[in-house]
Order: sequence, then structure tokens, then C-alpha cells
Amino acid sequence: MERLKPVDVVVIGGGFTGLLMAKELATRTSLSVVVLERGPDRKLLDYMDDMDEVDFSLRFRMMQNISEETVTHRHTTADRAVPVREWGHVRLGTGTGGSGEHWTGVANRYPEDTFVIKSAIKERFPAARIPENLSVQDWTVTWKDIEPYYTKVEELMGIGGKAGNLQGRKIPGGNMFEGPRSKEYPVRPHLQNYAMTVFEKAARELGYNPYINPAATLPADYTNPDGISRPACQYCSYCMLYGCMIGAKAQPTNLLLPILKQKKAFSLRNGCWVRRIVHRDGHAEGVEFMDEQGRECFQPASLVIQSSFTSGNVRSLLLSKIGTPYNPATGEGTLGRNFTHQMSGGGNAFLVYPTKMNAFMAAGGQGMAFSDFDGFNRLEPDAQILRGGTFTGGGGGGHPIASFGATPPGTTTRNWGSAWKQAAIEHNDRTGGGPGFSAEHLAYRQNFLDLDPTYTDKWGDPLLRTTIDWTDHERRMRDFSARISDQMAETMARVSGAKLYQRPAERTGRRSGRYQTASYATTHLHGGAIMSENPREGVVNTFLQHWDVPNLFVLGASAFPHAGPTNPTMTALSLTLRSADALIGRYFKNPGKLV
Amino acid sequence: MKRREFLILPAKTLGGYLLASTLAGESLFGQNAPKPEADVKIPLRFFTAQEAAVVSAMTERIFPTDASGAGAREAGVVIFIDRQLAGPYGHDKYRYTKGPWVESIPEHGYQGQANPRKIYRDGIAKLGDFTALSAANQDQALIAIERTTFFQMVRTHTLEGMFCDPLHGGNADMVGWRLIGYPGPVMAFRHEIEKYRGVPYPKVEPQSLEQMLGRKVPGWEDEPV
Ligand SMILES: Cc1cc2nc3c(=O)[nH]c(=O)nc-3n(C[C@H](O)[C@H](O)[C@H](O)COP(=O)(O)OP(=O)(O)OC[C@H]3O[C@@H](n4cnc5c(N)ncnc54)[C@H](O)[C@@H]3O)c2cc1C
Ligand code: SF4
Repeated sequence: MERLKPVDVVVIGGGFTGLLMAKELATRTSLSVVVLERGPDRKLLDYMDDMDEVDFSLRFRMMQNISEETVTHRHTTADRAVPVREWGHVRLGTGTGGSGEHWTGVANRYPEDTFVIKSAIKERFPAARIPENLSVQDWTVTWKDIEPYYTKVEELMGIGGKAGNLQGRKIPGGNMFEGPRSKEYPVRPHLQNYAMTVFEKAARELGYNPYINPAATLPADYTNPDGISRPACQYCSYCMLYGCMIGAKAQPTNLLLPILKQKKAFSLRNGCWVRRIVHRDGHAEGVEFMDEQGRECFQPASLVIQSSFTSGNVRSLLLSKIGTPYNPATGEGTLGRNFTHQMSGGGNAFLVYPTKMNAFMAAGGQGMAFSDFDGFNRLEPDAQILRGGTFTGGGGGGHPIASFGATPPGTTTRNWGSAWKQAAIEHNDRTGGGPGFSAEHLAYRQNFLDLDPTYTDKWGDPLLRTTIDWTDHERRMRDFSARISDQMAETMARVSGAKLYQRPAERTGRRSGRYQTASYATTHLHGGAIMSENPREGVVNTFLQHWDVPNLFVLGASAFPHAGPTNPTMTALSLTLRSADALIGRYFKNPGKLV
Repeated sequence: MKRREFLILPAKTLGGYLLASTLAGESLFGQNAPKPEADVKIPLRFFTAQEAAVVSAMTERIFPTDASGAGAREAGVVIFIDRQLAGPYGHDKYRYTKGPWVESIPEHGYQGQANPRKIYRDGIAKLGDFTALSAANQDQALIAIERTTFFQMVRTHTLEGMFCDPLHGGNADMVGWRLIGYPGPVMAFRHEIEKYRGVPYPKVEPQSLEQMLGRKVPGWEDEPV
């Protein structure tokens, strides 16, 4: 094994959280920082050539090579786990920028009470209403702690949106159910397409408060506080699963790398796959990795930053034998606990609009939403659910292959042949559904992460095993969302003159109501190395410092005690900045436990 | 060495640009496009000529040439499929293929060991003398296998070959994109999005990625396996 020259900081994974931490450390301290990233280098120019649906949307050319590493899944400990063999329910990124390159750029904050979920549920419901196996816990941060960081991340990226709650003042047109913001969004909201205007009209008619989604796909030219200038989005639609060829979408390679590259004390090494964190007596000594030539190397470092996405973080800790693996039978151990996956739902309506919608003009993150049912808002007692969620719609992004073939239920007997072809051409770019639903996934004792006893990665290391299923609570949340969504669809049909159909619940996951890995859900996996008030309830403290190994910090959504109702990145990056402040303000002056 | 197999088609059946878009790098005709009445010989990368004929016939039943416009034949869908199967996708280079292989529930998706090449080869063999059947009998034969992994795969690939960027060998002359009014990977719609809100986008001459960039972009199928 080759022993490299010691550095101050080694960062495992050059994705969104890792590079953001690197930028903070490299610009605010003089420490030497090395980022080890297993995937390739990425440049703006690569994204000119990628406007191709087959390779990038359908074959996942930008994704991590799943033949080298995947995860396995089983519903319960009584089942046998099988590997996810091709990208299905999640799609993990690789290379410089990680999933932050091909993400969609939906840029919500979590609601205020998400951070105090356990206390909030306890206060609101009698004990009998709370499922016995619920394992939610408070986040160790409150709105007041995180709000300033949300603001910083929005300014870093140039999030386009409209405030709905400015220091307590409620503003129609924004999300009036968000926590109080200290500042307006730095950039105006996105332009509206046809589908968004229909969504907005219908939502208003039903008395909801629709708003344009906050988005990291710049709605207008913008220069951020670091002096990084980016041009406005062009609505090219090759956004989610693609990098942006003009840098309008906030990505680590256009926000963070240009600054990092000027720093002598910073280096990024691609093709370097970290396999173990080496530690002794509660102290991390560095990391072992395979370099681009397949050589085994040891990188000594005074501080280790673990930032390889939720699944990578938890697996790395398990493989390195840091902390105590969680045992769902006894409730002992913390590593792997509270694994969650953002919930989604929606209705069964199928709409045929009187006009073509030009869905090929679209941006990631562009769309409408209403949060009137978020959290405890307007919870109907007979829905028997603990939390609601946000309804979304109006996003475009219709690529010619994936969007072809939608025909109203019952139009043709089969989905091939002349009659179907004709119907599909006639309805092309004219169909849609009711709003989708995005909601909190509460944590349960039985959903967790550990190492798979059978399947291995390309080096022979065990894969991460996910044990997770939806419970009746999530199924009731789905039923609830279907009711609201179908009612919206009816109204959307009325205000637009669209024809309304009901569609049978087709997808396997939907039909069985069980967790599935075959088709895309979201790449929003959370937990497994959660933040906690004390070492008995989690893996890291409120500054994302490992409870047992103080010179190890674990960034990203693995720290989330449960899944918030919307997309996670703004929250993950806010916690990263807070962690950076604690490192720079306190830790480096006196390395040791921050809590 | 394996004898090179060809797909032979009348030039006029394929979209006019076929030679520019599909035969790039395979210099069969030099600089000269063949006359419409001539046959074109397309070198196959995976299929035998016999197999290509069967798959071509299948795709033509799935997406027929009819009153509603061009179909799989004009788009050259079989050429697209041949290239996909010859490349990393066909070989499962980017699928997790470590054992043990076990059957599982539908929620876990396809867990089979066969890669797309094998699925095609076995599926074609089972179809027998498909090209000799009448169109109606071909439909019956396909209905009988509608639920198989093989048929589902051919259906998916037919749509891909119909509407992909021509750089992959399908959608010749962008016949698929014309059918649905897709303008191609246009980079800038900022000034159009509000203008055409609720108003159909005008029929424009579609642009391929190569036309847009002014240079060739190799597809993933060209990556050595
Ligand atoms: C298709 C898609 C759409 C998304 N859309 C949204 C959205 O709209 N809104 C939102 O908020 N979030 C979205 N996300 C999620 C968002 O991308 C992530 O939250 C964010 O990128 C997480 O940052 P991270 O640093 O934790 O992980 P990543 O950005 O994924 O970075 C992890 C990095 O670690 C590297 N790595 C992993 N293991 C190792 C190892 N052993 N050695 C070395 N390197 C390693 C990986 O290659 C990768 O580059 C989306 C994700 C996907 C995939
Ligand atoms: S839609 Fe906008 S942000 Fe997304 S890739 Fe295109 S130009 Fe970039």
C-alpha cells in the first residue's frame, strides 16, 4: 500500500456536500484539502454533447456505473434481499459534482416544524394515534438555527422564487406556509408554461395558495456573493439527468469548482475509490483507497469528511467498523437506523388538453405547487394520517421517446399497432394528470440499513442492504393525496376545457402499495447516520461530527432523522455550512468534541 | 472471423438522410448517395441478416407505416436496435450482474440473467419463420408473446428507434420527430415559452444534435465492449 503525504483534510466524495465543505475550508482557512472522487472529471463542455435522450435519460450515461456497486433491497428482515440490478427507484450520480450535476434543481426549504417532528406529533395527537413502531426524533436544530444557512445557500445558488412568509408577513403568490424567511429569494421565479397556468387557476378556484416552485435553474442572470456569474436558463428541457451546458443550473462544477481551482492548498483526484476510513482509539488516521491506476493507497489526514451521499456514507461507516450497527430486533445500535425515502403520491386522473403544451420547453425545477396541506395544515381527522404534504404539477420536460404513447384509458386494446400509433400521435404533447404529491416519510423501527451478507461490489466489499417498506400510514397518505389530486384534476379540466378520464392504478408499487425498486421514485434517501442530541440516539451530533470519532464529520442527508416533505438538497447544504462554521469557528482552534 | 452480415433495403424506404445519419463511418458508397431505386446494404453489427429481417418485421407491426405516417421501416428502427445490442447496453456492461441470481417479486424489476443480446437471440429463434407470415398472422404471433420480456423489450426499443436522435441509427431523416412535431434538442426556448403558451409550436424543420453542434457526437453504443 502506498502511503501518501499527510494532508490536513481529506474529503471522501466530490459531490455537492463534499465540494461545498471543501470550498468553505479552502477559502476561509489555509488548510490543505484533498477531495477523493471515484468518478470522472466533468466540464461545462461535456454538457453540450449530452442533449440525447437515449444515452442520458434511458441508459443513464451520467450515473454511477451500477455494475460496480449497487444496493440490495428487502421489505422485512424475514425476506431475502436482492440487488437493484439496473437504475430504478433511485439514480446515483458520480464524478465531480456527484448527483449535484444531474439533479433537477427543485429548491425547497423544509417547513418549520419538520425539525421538531417528534415534539410536534406528541403535542398534537393522543398517544393512541401514534404508531407504536414510529421512531421519529427531533433534529437537534430548530428553524432559528437553520434559517440563516438556508438564506446563504439560496444566495450561493441564486434560487429563483417568491417569498410567502417574509419575517412573519404572509405574501400571496409565495408559499405562505413556509417558515418565516429573513430575506426574499435572490432571483425572480421561473416563467410559466401552459400546464402551470392551468394548475394555478384550478388551485386558486379551490381556495388553495399556489406558488411557482423555488428552483436552482436560474430564472434570470445572476452573480452570487462569491462573484460567480451565471446566465439565465434557456428552458432547453435537457435538465434532470443532464448537466447544464450554459451553467444556468446550480451545479458544483459551476458554483464551487471555479473557486476551488484557484486555491493551491486544494486538490481533487478523480478515479479514487475510498474503501475504508482507518481509525484507532476513536481517532481517524486517514483513508484507504484505490487510485486511478488501481493501486492501493493510504491518505493520512488530520480530519476526515465523509460525503458520499446517504448510501455511501452509511456503507463507509459500516465497512470501516465505526460505530455500532443498528439491530431492529433489540433497538440497540445507531448506525443504519431511521432509514427513510421521501414519500410520493398523486391521483388517478388522466387529462387530455385541447391544445399542444410544448412540453419540450421546460426547465428542471420549473413547476407549481401548493402547501396548504403541508405538515398539520388542514389535516382531515378521518384521513387518519399524521402529516400531509405538498402538491406539485405543471413541470414539463417532455422528451420525444419517454413522452410518446400516452393515450386515454380504454382507447385501444393494446399499446402497439396501427390503431394505437394513431391515437398516440393524436394525443402526443396534450396529456397530463392531477398534481403529484410529495410528503414526509416518517421513520420506523423496522426500516434500516446494514451490510448485505451475499452481494458485493467490484472490490468484493459487501453492498449496502436496504430493509424498508411502506406502512399503512403511508398508504393512507397516498389515498389522501389521491383524493385531493383527483379533485384538482376535475377543476383543471373545467378551467382548461380538458377532457377528464380515470386511469387504473397501474404501476406495481402503486398496485401493491409496497415499496418498489423497479421504477423511478426519487433519489432522496435519508438517514442511517442521523444527527442526535446524544450518542444513544444517533451517529453524529448537531454539527455532523461523529459521536465516537471527533475528527470525522459525516455530511449529507444521511444525517436527517426522517425525510422532509420536499427535496432535500437545500437542507443538506445548509447543515453542511453550519458544520463548516463550527469547524472553522471552534474545532480547528481546539480539535475535540464540539458537543 | 465471422462473415459480415448485411441488411439489404431499398434505399427509397428509408428516410432520405439515411446515409448521412445512419451509415456514418461505414463507407459503403463513398461520397455518393445511392439512387432511390437502388438497394442499400447496411452492415450489421450483431444480428444475422435473417434475424434482422425478423426484428424489422416485428418493429413494423409494432409501429406500422400507415395512413398516420411513417413507421419503423422508414425510421430504420432495426438499425438502431442492432447497434444497441452490439454495444455496452446489449452486453449488460452497465447492469449489476453478480450472482446469485434469484427470482423475486415484481417490485424488484427484471432479475433475470439473460442480457439483451440473449433475450433477442432466444426470442427470435422461438418466433420461427415470422417473415413468411401475413401481416394479420404476424399480429397474432405477437399477441401470443405480448407479455414476454422479449416482446416488451422490442416494443420499448421500437419507440426508442423511432424517436431517438439520428446519431443512434434510428429516426432516419428525423421521420419520427416530424410525426410528432418535435423540433430536436433546441438549446434556447427562453423567448418562446410564453409566446407559445397554449399555442401549438409551429411545424419547423427538426434539427439533430449533430446539426445543432456542427459536428458528430458518438453514441454510447460505439464504446468498445
Ligand atoms: C435525478 C436526480 C434528481 C434530483 N433532483 C433533486 C431536486 O430537484 N432537488 C433536490 O433538492 N435534490 C435533488 N436530488 C438530490 C441531490 O442531487 C442530492 O441531494 C445531492 O447531490 C446530495 O449531495 P451529496 O454530496 O450528499 O451526494 P452527491 O452529490 O451524490 O455526491 C456524492 C459523491 O461521492 C462519490 N462517492 C461515492 N462513494 C465514493 C467512494 N467510496 N469513494 C470516492 N467517492 C465516492 C460519488 O461518486 C459522488 O460524486 C436529485 C438527485 C437525482 C439523482
Ligand atoms: S433547462 Fe435551463 S438550467 Fe436546465 S439544462 Fe437547460 S438551460 Fe440549463
